[in-house]
Amino acid sequence: MKRVQFSSYFTQYFFIAPQLAIILIFLYLPIVQTFRDAFTIQDAFGFGRYFSGLDNFTFVLSDPNYITALKFTLIFIVVITFFSCSIGLLLAVQANNVIHGKSAYKTLLIWPYAIAPAVVGVTANYFFSERLGILYNFFNGLWGFDWYDNVYDAYIYVFIAASWKQISANFIFFLAGLQNIQKSIIEASIIDCKSSFRRFWTITFPLLMPTTFFLIIINITYSFFDTLGIIDTTTIGAPSGETKTLVYKAYIDGFKGLDLGSAGAQSIIMMLIVLVITVFQFRFIEGKIHYN
Amino acid sequence: MSYLELDNVTKIYPNGTKAVNETSLSISEGELMVFVGPSGCGKSTLLRMIAGLEDITGGEIKLDNRVINKVDPSERDVAMVFQNYALYPHMNVYKNLAYGLKNKGESKEEIEKKVNEVAELLEIKEFLLRKPGQLSGGQRQRVAMGRAIVRNPKAFLFDEPLSNLDAKLRGQVRIEIKKLQKQMGVTSVFVTHDQVEAMTLGDRLAVINEGVIEQVGSPIEVYEKPATYFVAEFIGTPQMNFINGKIHANKFISDEFECSINKDVKDQEVIFGIRPENLKVSANGSIKIKVDLIEKLGADSIIYGYDKSNNYLCYRENGNTKIKANEEISLEIEDENYHLFDQETKKRLN
Repeated sequence: MKRVQFSSYFTQYFFIAPQLAIILIFLYLPIVQTFRDAFTIQDAFGFGRYFSGLDNFTFVLSDPNYITALKFTLIFIVVITFFSCSIGLLLAVQANNVIHGKSAYKTLLIWPYAIAPAVVGVTANYFFSERLGILYNFFNGLWGFDWYDNVYDAYIYVFIAASWKQISANFIFFLAGLQNIQKSIIEASIIDCKSSFRRFWTITFPLLMPTTFFLIIINITYSFFDTLGIIDTTTIGAPSGETKTLVYKAYIDGFKGLDLGSAGAQSIIMMLIVLVITVFQFRFIEGKIHYN
Repeated sequence: MSYLELDNVTKIYPNGTKAVNETSLSISEGELMVFVGPSGCGKSTLLRMIAGLEDITGGEIKLDNRVINKVDPSERDVAMVFQNYALYPHMNVYKNLAYGLKNKGESKEEIEKKVNEVAELLEIKEFLLRKPGQLSGGQRQRVAMGRAIVRNPKAFLFDEPLSNLDAKLRGQVRIEIKKLQKQMGVTSVFVTHDQVEAMTLGDRLAVINEGVIEQVGSPIEVYEKPATYFVAEFIGTPQMNFINGKIHANKFISDEFECSINKDVKDQEVIFGIRPENLKVSANGSIKIKVDLIEKLGADSIIYGYDKSNNYLCYRENGNTKIKANEEISLEIEDENYHLFDQETKKRLN
């Protein structure tokens, strides 16, 4: 690329100013505010604040509601990651084997990816509404499904809503991963192994590991952070806060409950959790799955 | 006796492309047959049909008296060596070699014994615990060979296995493959577009063009008596010279020169072909060319020039030639070493 020399500093800063402004206002400023909130306590009318050390943290960690949200979030992450990855993989493998109408399948399977989480939640709402919902009535007929009262039924509701959208993302990446595998390796394995099931688990799946690893991180991040809209448009935490994720709880406590100190502390705890997960993944898993 | 037999084998792709057209060929036990032809001629498709990686649209393939058209690739008793080696990158060399045997349900001891034997034979013992990514091109090629040998197949199928190697290594591996194949006596099919490989490796060649076998024969037969214009053109570097003309009263007549024919050929339009090394300089030679370009290869010199009717002709001389560019030289045909092809059917006439 050609380098352009600017005669004055002004021009350069002029060009990067919009980007800098966005980063400063929407990223750095909130981070600073979060730290300030987490270590201070504000009086109820917002007239003053004083430094409170780790009080906000001890308050959050000793709150049973917070522990419930933490447990739910962990279950949520594991379930969403597992189901959306495995269903995405299954669909990708099938779509990769289809010979006729391949692109039609692909397009249809990719579509949900373009839908915003909140819209996914609203759509899921139709399926799970007590009076109109097809899935509500279907499950209700099976075992008396009622997510307004039963914790596990509420789990099923949000799990389905949140993984449905993410299946598409996984599908795209797995399909790309499958198409990246050298064709002749697959052919060599066809000559070496009769069972296609065994071929998949001994050759194809190990070769997809880099993609899988990447997707696990993506899915964890998704279920951790991007599902706020889905929770807010489906169960809203019902029944009695059992389906609140950590992000959703921080949002409710901070912006609905106006307890900014608690919300700030929750944000910092979340940041630490994500940090630990990421470090663990890169240190212990990544080294084992790159081949060349 | 025929061991691997193709009987009217045809491949038509769903879009209607005819890749292989009613091809019949019989390969005897222990023979190394080379499929040679330009890219896209159907030689790889033919090989892949033998391997079972492509469906057969029509005809029959028999290996050791068993029709294998519908047999699963893993049960055809063939082993294939791929162009880009196709080693399993997540397995070490030992596991790469053992994979096929393991899937056949052989015992651990049996597998270990076989893998070690092959590793010994190919001198790859010290690499057994390495992954393919840690090996050089030549070493990977050996492992790929090993993976084929360890299965103890009835036929080896080679799909341009040398084209990823550099020139020097290619020569070495070519010799190794030839030796191994003779030593083990396994029937083999080797696909290549490189005619040097084809000539040096093959017991026989099948020259393929547009899905049809143009000629089958030993390398020397194919070189000395090309059955069609295509074979004459394809085999041999530098290429054979061609001059259009006609036969009249057993004489070849072109704008350039005349030459009497030693065989009865009826009067017709023909293509007259002569290899560069079958020309020699002679004071009263009938072919006169103006030299355009000289390539000195050390052992030979190759001289290119135009004749009067603007045919670009090539002449090969041993050693370092004294001929200079722009010089006029006269050439004559040595020992009646020429080839006549029908202009219509492109078939050999003499």
